[in-house]
Amino acid sequence: METLFMYLKVFAVGGLLCLIAEILIIKTKISSARILVIFLITGVVLEAVGIFEYMKEFAGAGVSVPIMGFGSSLAKGAIEGVKTDGIIGAFSGGIIRTAAGIGAVTVFSYIVALIFNPKSK
Amino acid sequence: MQMPSGEKFKQQNKERNDKYTQYVELVSPKQSTWKSLSSAFWIGGLICVLGQVFFDLARLMFKVSEDKASTIALIILIFLTALLTGIGIFDKIAYYGGGGSFLPITGFANAISSAAVEFKAEGLIFGLSSKFYTIAGPVIVNGILSSFIVGIIYFIIGLF
Amino acid sequence: MRLFDFGIELDINLTKGNKTIKRTKPKNAKQIGKQTIIFPNEPKIFSTHSIVSQKEKDGPFAGYFKDVLKDTKFNEKTFEKAETKMFVYALHNAITNAGITNKDIDVLFSGDLLAQIVSASYCARLFDVPFMGIYGACSTMAEGLIFSAMTIDGGFAEIAACVTGSHYATAERQYRGPLELGAQKQKYSQHTVTAAAAAIVGLVKEGIKITKATIGKVEDYGITDPANMGAAMAPSAMGTLVQFFIDTDTKPDDYDLIATGDLGKLGSDLLRQLMDEKGYHLGQNYMDCGAAIYDHEQYTSEGGSGCGCGASVLDAYILNKMNKGEYKKVIFAATGALLSTIITQQGESMPSVTHLVLLEK
Repeated sequence: METLFMYLKVFAVGGLLCLIAEILIIKTKISSARILVIFLITGVVLEAVGIFEYMKEFAGAGVSVPIMGFGSSLAKGAIEGVKTDGIIGAFSGGIIRTAAGIGAVTVFSYIVALIFNPKSK
Repeated sequence: MQMPSGEKFKQQNKERNDKYTQYVELVSPKQSTWKSLSSAFWIGGLICVLGQVFFDLARLMFKVSEDKASTIALIILIFLTALLTGIGIFDKIAYYGGGGSFLPITGFANAISSAAVEFKAEGLIFGLSSKFYTIAGPVIVNGILSSFIVGIIYFIIGLF
Repeated sequence: MRLFDFGIELDINLTKGNKTIKRTKPKNAKQIGKQTIIFPNEPKIFSTHSIVSQKEKDGPFAGYFKDVLKDTKFNEKTFEKAETKMFVYALHNAITNAGITNKDIDVLFSGDLLAQIVSASYCARLFDVPFMGIYGACSTMAEGLIFSAMTIDGGFAEIAACVTGSHYATAERQYRGPLELGAQKQKYSQHTVTAAAAAIVGLVKEGIKITKATIGKVEDYGITDPANMGAAMAPSAMGTLVQFFIDTDTKPDDYDLIATGDLGKLGSDLLRQLMDEKGYHLGQNYMDCGAAIYDHEQYTSEGGSGCGCGASVLDAYILNKMNKGEYKKVIFAATGALLSTIITQQGESMPSVTHLVLLEK
């Protein structure tokens, strides 16, 4: 039962965030790249002030799968980096923590590109 | 006769242009709002649920920490996105999903994999590799930048 | 300011600063009104050919499009090479159908949507023919026909050819983004047509006459959304059409068909509105090739766009009908949006130009 409730929260919160993004895409002239960056930086800020942890406890993948989760990872990594490595950690922390994601997307995209070709519509 | 300038050209026609662009804005057909919003909602929710499933499975099967499980879930989502992009299905999902497929990590992964698949035509080094991050570049650049700023602020606060 | 150094000297003076420059009108002046030119020697289009892709064949003009490309890569490695091959195919067939060879062509006018008009140049490379590259975006077909008619009528060539076209994949790659990118399209964005068409013009007995033409001016009404090309192009279409009617002292009803290249549904509605404001009403005889080339079932929102749009409809449908005698006087006005991705990212709006030819049988 608990897991079902959790999944419901994930669905609702994730859907809501995407809904907000969709409203921005339709109703404003803001380009999609800019919207993505806005959400990203929101994630960074929320993590930096400590709110994101609570959001993650509440809605799990509902907040960590959207690009805000990527932003929060970056912020968390930078903070941890500073704690362990001082000022150098500010440069390396964020990238280290999100390295798996960036590495994965690079490797998988490359392999997929070698195999497939784009299709004209 | 004076040399024409772009500024003067726009000034001269400002009234006419404003009237026209306003009229165009009025009559341009727009996406049906309710339909787009609802599909963005449920496709976005679905993708997040999928992420949660992978997270829970990773915790269950591999007994790893929350952080690692989260990373595993994201990697699987990225893999699926790249695959669907290569096959040619992802853009159809995105047509309906809009913000729903764009906001999750899937949007980011689709941007990179679609660019990779596309620019392979110009060769692996000059095409694929150099155009790889064109669409997703803003995310990476601004992400690294903002995390750095957070780190520096934290460092400075830590000094006191 | 134009300087003519032959013919009769008339007292037409131009003021340049404090000096006055004497202008002379040539003996064989072929201008009427402000922007329209006439071709008294009656150059004729005597051979055309076009090729389209399956998507266009599935549309309302299915019965008219004869040659269809099943694979949009045309057996080539890239879409760009395929686009060049389409140009070659159209031109080659237009030449052979006329019973001539490429040696008979005195000049080839060609252009396309890609940077440095590569499809046009790489096609011309194969034909061993004097080549003048032109750029009018989607107005290229009309621009090519105007140049062809001018060179024939002026005695600068006996046979002139023009070819143009467009390809969905190459336009998408250049102007918008990777083909598999999941970006949502606006409801008013148009689908680039995959098609190419060629026309051969000369002083022959049988063919469709190019009698008049209006060279368009660049108009910019401040539209900045690159997805809304129809709205950007409607003003120049209005400008050229109105000037044509004024110069020739005619009205829309005097013609069997008025066809614009690719304004799309929104663009053509805007054009009707703009024309009404100027006092000219576009009735049932007005058609936009872009709005007509696809039907709404095909998920193309606003209709087709691209050089190939107007060009292929002109060849397959309009000239076909004229040859059968169903249309006698047709205005073909191709509309082009003169933007590049870089300049619009710098915040500029989209200017456009429309060139017009009057075709008569």
